[in-house]
Amino acid sequence: MAHQIHVCYTAEDGRGASALSDIHALGKSGKGVENVTLTDTYTTEVKLSTVDLKKAADALHTPLSQTVAIDKPLGPTEFSYAVEVGFLPGVTDNVGATAKETIQDVLKRSFKDGEMVFFSRIYFLEGKITKQDVMHIAESLHNPLIQRVKIKSFAQYKKERGMGTTLPKVKLPAGKVSLVDLYVSDEELAVLGKKGVKNADGTHRGPLGLGIDELKAMRSYFHRKGRLPTDVEIEALAQTWSEHCKHTIFANPLDEITEGIYKRYIKQATKDVRKKKGKDDFCVSVFSDNSGVIKFDKDTYITHKVETHNSPSALDPFGGAITGIVGVNRDTIGTGLGAKPLLNIYGYCFADPADKTRLFRDKDKTEELLPAKRIMDGVIEGVNVGGNQSGIPTPQGFTYFEPRYRGKPLVFVGTIGVMPKTVKGKPSCEKQARSGDYIVMVGGRVGLDGIHGATFSSEALDSGSPATAVQIGDAITQKKFSDAIVKEARDQGLYSSITDNGAGGLSSSVGEMAEESGGCEVWLDKVPVKYPGLAPWEIWISESQERMSLAVPKSKWPAFKKLMEARGSEATVIGEFTDSGKCTVRYNDEVVLDLDMDFMHDGNPVHMLESKEVAPEVTAPTDATLRKHERKMNKTLLSMLARANVGSTEFISSQYDHEVQGVSVTKPLHGRGRVNATASVSRPHTDTKKGIVLSQGLCPSYSDLDTYHMAASAIDQAIRNAVAIGADPEHIALLDNFCWCSSDKPERLYELKRSAEACYDYAVAYEAPFISGKDSMFNDFKGFDTKGRPVKISVPPTLLISSIAVIEDVSKSVTLDFKHSGDLIYLLGDTNAELGAGEYMAYLSGEEKKEYTGEHVPEVDAKANRALFKKYHRAVEKELVASGVALDRGGLGMTLLKSAIGGQLGAAVNLKRMGGQLTNTERLFSESNGRILATVAPEHQAAFERTMKGSSAERIGVVADTKEVLIMNGKEGIAELSLSSLTRAYRSKFKNS
Amino acid sequence: MKTKANVLVVSGYGLNCEEETLRAFTQVGCKGDIIHLNDLIETPGILKHYNILAFPGGFSYGDDTGSGRAYGNKIKNNLKKEILAFVKRDTLVLGICNGFQILTQIGLLPGTLLHNEQARYIDRWVDVKVESDSPWLKGIKEVSLPIAHGEGRYYIDEKGKKKLENEKAIVGRYIKGEIANWSLLSANPNGSLDDIVGVTAFEGRVLGMMPHPERAISFLQLPHWTYLKETEYRGEKLPSEGSGLRMFKNAAKYFA
Repeated sequence: MAHQIHVCYTAEDGRGASALSDIHALGKSGKGVENVTLTDTYTTEVKLSTVDLKKAADALHTPLSQTVAIDKPLGPTEFSYAVEVGFLPGVTDNVGATAKETIQDVLKRSFKDGEMVFFSRIYFLEGKITKQDVMHIAESLHNPLIQRVKIKSFAQYKKERGMGTTLPKVKLPAGKVSLVDLYVSDEELAVLGKKGVKNADGTHRGPLGLGIDELKAMRSYFHRKGRLPTDVEIEALAQTWSEHCKHTIFANPLDEITEGIYKRYIKQATKDVRKKKGKDDFCVSVFSDNSGVIKFDKDTYITHKVETHNSPSALDPFGGAITGIVGVNRDTIGTGLGAKPLLNIYGYCFADPADKTRLFRDKDKTEELLPAKRIMDGVIEGVNVGGNQSGIPTPQGFTYFEPRYRGKPLVFVGTIGVMPKTVKGKPSCEKQARSGDYIVMVGGRVGLDGIHGATFSSEALDSGSPATAVQIGDAITQKKFSDAIVKEARDQGLYSSITDNGAGGLSSSVGEMAEESGGCEVWLDKVPVKYPGLAPWEIWISESQERMSLAVPKSKWPAFKKLMEARGSEATVIGEFTDSGKCTVRYNDEVVLDLDMDFMHDGNPVHMLESKEVAPEVTAPTDATLRKHERKMNKTLLSMLARANVGSTEFISSQYDHEVQGVSVTKPLHGRGRVNATASVSRPHTDTKKGIVLSQGLCPSYSDLDTYHMAASAIDQAIRNAVAIGADPEHIALLDNFCWCSSDKPERLYELKRSAEACYDYAVAYEAPFISGKDSMFNDFKGFDTKGRPVKISVPPTLLISSIAVIEDVSKSVTLDFKHSGDLIYLLGDTNAELGAGEYMAYLSGEEKKEYTGEHVPEVDAKANRALFKKYHRAVEKELVASGVALDRGGLGMTLLKSAIGGQLGAAVNLKRMGGQLTNTERLFSESNGRILATVAPEHQAAFERTMKGSSAERIGVVADTKEVLIMNGKEGIAELSLSSLTRAYRSKFKNS
Repeated sequence: MKTKANVLVVSGYGLNCEEETLRAFTQVGCKGDIIHLNDLIETPGILKHYNILAFPGGFSYGDDTGSGRAYGNKIKNNLKKEILAFVKRDTLVLGICNGFQILTQIGLLPGTLLHNEQARYIDRWVDVKVESDSPWLKGIKEVSLPIAHGEGRYYIDEKGKKKLENEKAIVGRYIKGEIANWSLLSANPNGSLDDIVGVTAFEGRVLGMMPHPERAISFLQLPHWTYLKETEYRGEKLPSEGSGLRMFKNAAKYFA
């Protein structure tokens, strides 16, 4: 018989109140609920005596605030319905695992293999609710892809004495190896590529993401070998050759660019910048490792990598986001001989949470896409748990809202690492698995989770998307080995190479490292698994989380194993690196995969890609429309400030720990008025003054007019945000993350090519090299609306540019908030009539119920901007700048108001001094690049103006303690707004989030 | 400062503030080491070399089954006797955030920590009006420090609270002081009972609290340092010390 221990609070439980408010937010079905209480339940099939059960229960609750029940129900005496939520079989259950460890320790006995403790939570709902209401509420409390739910009415609960027991154990028939016949028609090959290898029962295993050409290349290879491939081989090649791993669109020839746009534009930019910088080149390791690496100070390197986790986050926002953030942390641990994760950043592109569009993955409308709000909340929570539990500060990030992210959100997560220049006297960036080294897997065990993750994210999201692609993260398992590796094993020289297990699992990580030694032999039956029955191909490609692969010299293995055990981490030898030129995988004594390394890594066929020029569809508002709105500027300014893309996202910043590790210098919120910053400064060594500056640039709406200028603007923004807070413009590196859509269409490839071209032009012009990048090319949703009609939603072509820079002295950092009444306000840089595709056009479109793009997209004059940035930086170094910030969404108007809100100080501004023939709307909302808003103490006026000489620097106003912002153009009053109304508007959008 | 203070900072299983906690101690002249809990369980004898024991912040066991519970259980099951012996000597013990939660789970400190009132993790700064005369807090009347936690709402029953008050064992209360006033935030960040920040035991030598003094040892860690620089210190040399450093100085002084 299974045992159950139930725990519930007797003291106040904030979680109940919070669940109640979420249920109320559901609308009609939640309205009747008056109270929610929670019971946490631990279920196990392990035989335990009454005494042992009592000991276990004592270890699982605090009598002062909680009560406990053993093998009998525990809940309120009166309620309407009880809803129990637990995990599905095989889904990572962290609480259950911890409870098991606690019980074993308190009883001083070890459970047998496969003996588990399962966690579930019961929500007791009080109030007047119908069966239908509770069904709807239950839907909001769980995600059917990973969780199970059980609902009982009060009467049923009483009659059946509680919720009953469920043991979600995985039962699998023993998996075998099969051969795959590739001598079939092209149609059948196409089905194989799209739907996967056929099971014995005729069903398919899930997408391989392979085209006919790839499968034919495999056919000829195995023809030469005189045998049929095994399913392990096909699955492994599908992973290795996937768009996700090989980046085929960036690598293949596109039009006249035979070397591909990655080599021509991205890599070449870095090469040219490094050459130009000569002895000042700060790059250490670019594009070749799991993160880009640059110099920090004489003994230290810093690393940066940004990943996306879009498809998984669409299906399970929490799981997708947490595995995204802990996954990119592993990229850091797997950079060089191991960097220590120092900072996390995030970036989210969502549909507005108020967007109520319902969408379905299937025609029969049984698989509904999660609501926009749940996707947003789940993603934010996932990064919260992943980052906070790992003890890595998140100094900053960004959000961007646009209806076209309703089908697939974009979830960017990045990690900055720090590593010494040398490890045991050797360069820390050089790693080399040697023939004879053990292949060692560290961390979590392997299960069915994440199977086909790499091939799945290379496909559009539709009803064929596999449920097993969903994974849940366990930050603590990772934290344990992360500390053991980067704080101990690395410096003891216990391994010769390391990489993370991400997309493609062991097949990718071991396959990649085997390139260093020239081959490998793997013993799959030695790989620790979560439950029995996994087929060899599943073990080889599973993306179960929190695992690293290392090359450990045999002589170091005993010490390595001992260390890992002492730190509570599992480490297992699963094979040996060789120099045979082959990747050989055995399962027991059978060879299940035997591939030449050359074929595995370079055997994929080259595709010639072609692009086709497209012109944007321009729709601009009439002058009359613009003038009409110009007459009500107070309203426009307040409404713009309340927009999702401008307003405060403090609810995110304040739930991400940004101060752990003690490295924080500027916070995510600046000033008294707590305004979200667009850049951050951190200090890796608190005994020196040198710091790291991080920022990002992203402006996908500009793609509607021109992807070249979109990319140029993103680069300018990422650099300018960093410079404004104090970064040295000569020490900035960039990362690119392309998130495109429908990349099989020539028109989309044209847009891609243009944006890549801009990447080259502006990285070179700004002398800011790319050091790492990633792409995700199919961010499309294909499904159905509420009427069963087909719908396709593609994200706008999106490019995230992240910058990582160095600041010599962090005590010179500049925050965005106005500091002191009487300080002079300067607008640096030129303003042009560039309202096109900006935040104001989006606002106006909403007001007028039109879809305006506007005409002129912001362009970038890199030469003038770079000269200005250098002068501004000199002013910062001389400590002449009291506040500074790069202008962003919504132009001068929004930046000015946010600086006032930040300082809780008023201002008087006259736009006349901006010069030119601009309308007031253009003056306030044009998003022209290259501009910074700065304030300067009156006593520094002369010195500041001298420093800025030769660049555009207009004194447009003065900070005042009037508690209002007054905007004039000459003698004409344009707007007059009180600080309190501005602050309220700024915080209004997400005030209940 | 010349001091005989030697601090052991425990680590492992998801604790994550051990490095900056040790740094705060060494900055004021203490010696110290970071020791993994499993190593301490293996060789508990090393405790006798130390006179300060620090349980740093973090996320031990991911707060699974309740914050600090699993880590606390591990100590109770394997190290209770040795820890009690340590406390009986003239030593100091500090529990910060998750460390505080662990100390209440072991039973070294009274009361317990509930989920925040808003049931969400929160990172912000708070102001504390100090009540206790613990050696950790000597000379400190009011202090601003950062918090970052999901379960920081202090709770104890009425009888326990009376006892704490009688013994002056309440570290202090959240108030609307310098930083809450500056950044327009409320005093109590999590719904803590009677605004209690933390508690002490063993004549104040054992102290646990939710705020993180080790994250406030430098002026450049304050949330409003760029504001102070441009108003109070315009043109002047900036102070170097943060508001949290005094607690560590007190510890060093205790063993001077």
